[in-house]
Amino acid sequence: MKLRRSMLFLPGANAAMLSTAFVYKPDSIMFDLEDAVSLREKDSARLLVFHALQLPVYRETETVVRINPLNTPFGLPDLEAAVRAGVDVVRLPKTDCAEDVEVLEREVERIERACGREIGSTKLMAAIESASGVINALPIAKASPRLIGIALAGFDYVMDMQTERGDGTELFYARCAVLHAARAAKIDAFDVVWSDLNDEAGFLKEVDLIKRLGFNGKSLINPRQIELLHNAYAPTEEEVEYAGRVVAAAAEGERKGLGVVSLNGKMIDGPVIDHARRVLQRAEASGTRK
Amino acid sequence: MTDLAFDLLDRLPRFDGFASQNPYLKDPELKRSRKVCPSLEDAVRRAGLKDGMTISFHHAFREGDKTINSVVDLLARMGFKDLTLAPSSLLSCNAPLIEHIRNGVISRIYTSGMRGKLAEAISHGLMAHPVNIHSHGGRVKLIQDGELKIDVAFLGVSTADCFGNANGISGRSRCGSLGYAKVDARHAGTVILLAEEIVPFPNAPASLSQDEVDYVVKVDQIGDPSKISVGAARITTNPRELLIARLSAEVMVHSGYFEQGFSMQTGSGASATATTRFLEGYMRKNGITASFALGGITGGIVDLHKKGLIERVIDTQSFDGDAAESLRTSPNHIEISTNEYANAGSKGAYVDQMDLVILSALEIDVDFNVNVITGSDGVMRGASGGHSDVAAAANLSIVVAPLIRSRIPTVVRRCTTVVTPGECIGVLVTDHGIAVNPRRPEIAQRLKAAGLPVMTIEALQQRADSLTGEPRPIEFLDKVVGIVRYRDGSVIDIVRQVKG
Amino acid sequence: MKIVKEALAGTLESSDLLVKVSPGSATGLEVVISSEVMQQFGLQIDHVVRDTLARLGVTAGLVVVEDKGALDCAIRARVQTAVMRGAEAQTIDWSALS
Repeated sequence: MKLRRSMLFLPGANAAMLSTAFVYKPDSIMFDLEDAVSLREKDSARLLVFHALQLPVYRETETVVRINPLNTPFGLPDLEAAVRAGVDVVRLPKTDCAEDVEVLEREVERIERACGREIGSTKLMAAIESASGVINALPIAKASPRLIGIALAGFDYVMDMQTERGDGTELFYARCAVLHAARAAKIDAFDVVWSDLNDEAGFLKEVDLIKRLGFNGKSLINPRQIELLHNAYAPTEEEVEYAGRVVAAAAEGERKGLGVVSLNGKMIDGPVIDHARRVLQRAEASGTRK
Repeated sequence: MTDLAFDLLDRLPRFDGFASQNPYLKDPELKRSRKVCPSLEDAVRRAGLKDGMTISFHHAFREGDKTINSVVDLLARMGFKDLTLAPSSLLSCNAPLIEHIRNGVISRIYTSGMRGKLAEAISHGLMAHPVNIHSHGGRVKLIQDGELKIDVAFLGVSTADCFGNANGISGRSRCGSLGYAKVDARHAGTVILLAEEIVPFPNAPASLSQDEVDYVVKVDQIGDPSKISVGAARITTNPRELLIARLSAEVMVHSGYFEQGFSMQTGSGASATATTRFLEGYMRKNGITASFALGGITGGIVDLHKKGLIERVIDTQSFDGDAAESLRTSPNHIEISTNEYANAGSKGAYVDQMDLVILSALEIDVDFNVNVITGSDGVMRGASGGHSDVAAAANLSIVVAPLIRSRIPTVVRRCTTVVTPGECIGVLVTDHGIAVNPRRPEIAQRLKAAGLPVMTIEALQQRADSLTGEPRPIEFLDKVVGIVRYRDGSVIDIVRQVKG
Repeated sequence: MKIVKEALAGTLESSDLLVKVSPGSATGLEVVISSEVMQQFGLQIDHVVRDTLARLGVTAGLVVVEDKGALDCAIRARVQTAVMRGAEAQTIDWSALS
């Protein structure tokens, strides 16, 4: 169960950031070759990221590269660079239908063969940024065994919906759709970027909402957000204590060969135990909530 | 009368009128105005300054200081030569001194540090005699031990009265604490005050007292106001500095010294000031207040003081306008001299009572020795300051620094110059992780138990190396351009002239 | 690769570098480096630049580097980008870039 609470966006053309960002410990680091990079610098950013990915320090964190769409002249070279450099996950922007994922998967496999990388080792992530994408969320989520998650990308989506970013009402349906599709396909769901760095209260309010909805994590644009997010996702001491007892009861039950386990008179089955394990995992990653 | 009485009476002077020792008492005008000189030149003549003498200054006006440059300019015009310059420190605004050194006006320097073009020039061999680099406390000891004999002290002050009662917290250009100047006023042969405003007698409070002052001169501007009392530095938004600050606050909290009534000191760097912000949260949560903060006072410390989290502020230098204002208004914000602050030779230095101190470093090596004076290119660009003083005496010294600055590693195998010996340093906090001096195993245990990322300093050094590549060692010539004096007066290291 | 026109890559921001390539006047390769950390890393930077050029098969031209403390990975990336722009390369030979 890989924790993916925080995905830190890094603009691929910024040499200084690529040389220093590994000190922040997000669950995933995402090198952006798409919207954060101007047209004139696409080639430059691609090579910066290609080399940065190969630094041993970046092997300590899960790496993601957001390539340009494959129907642009940049997409395929981006993909070559990312796969060959050993990226963990490729993020496809503007995914509108399952076929987009299938096309990507074919190209990834071709490149893996060409460069001798283990077939299937490159994972995928699909970003949904349009009404069509939201409607096709389930087929997209099930389109490939390489998919580790789907993300809702807020900016382009609200433009496609002919509205604006506001208090979250504008994302209501999209969030639910993406989340349900992810759960049905048993992959992760990621929420949108919060861009107002000066509004910490607003950020925390949104994090609280998406955490309660059930999102696995969120895209972040500044390292300062990592600590805040991890703390919001951290279980309370009571939750950790209870989770510990659940896991202990489950272990005990297994030892005794019981089919059903109970704690405090309540039945504890698979999903409850899985949830308890996730709670403990988060506690181990960043302690209990402060 | 007995013989003993005769001997004594023979030796003692006979009464010769009420004003024989103080003739000015007969002149009502002169009696009160005798110290005020119409010009600095006049004061210099009356002080009897001669070639080869030692002159001193303080640096409380920081990069806005005009005293050092203007006085040395004047002395050069008056034809003085071969003077020893002994300011408490030198900054990049002192570049004009280069010419005076070349022309032989200044031939020796004692200072805590130097920066900018002056430092570059000296690092490249400008002076025949090596510069003596001392700590803040060490300067006082050199004076007390007789090595540094200040003949004339030129002390810039915000306000002074005609008798010499002066402070840095009133008038237009306020520097705050006159902690360095107090030492010069006590020990110098002749003390000349340069005051931006001469105020009615008696001026109060008197950081410098009339009983130590010889002359008072009015100057138009004591310094550049825009560079003197800038408001408190804003808390940084740089994520790397914040990361380091957060880690260092956590180290302080889990050090074992974070208890009710603890004492603290932070430097003026960005990470240090941000540390106070994170510390505040922990202090509130645990219901802990500090008995005092020492230094080097910034607005961040003043903020905690105002919030009741730091009971007393002990100020030897006010780094910004907020600190100067707090010194003026808060009864628990106290000005102290450098002697009271950090002198190993004083009967009691505040540093001895320090629990937790945050320090900076240009370099730190695998033995935890710290360099705060030379850059990795061998050129001087920093100051010894209070670093080695407080590190020697505090319960725990914590050095904070980014592992790499641009391509330059902070953690190295061997420091270019050692200012503070590794045996005094307890913990190093970098953005890549924390290292604890093997001499402090109990600290390592506590930090690990708290879940902090503790690794060996060798591992940090290798990490830096793996990212930057190993830097080529700097080439030096044989000539010694600087002697680094430890706080007890001994020589701890030397700085050689940089090649090229 | 053959540099056929002048091209730039990179920036003068801290931890980055600006690389300018041009066909050059005479035959042969000329590499000019200036760096904020010349003393400590000048030799290393020169080595990385030349190695990168060699792998790309660049044997002629003028390469001017203005370094602001960039790490080796950024140096390689910027040099490769400048060369490919200067050579008007249409395709990428990945084995030459690693």
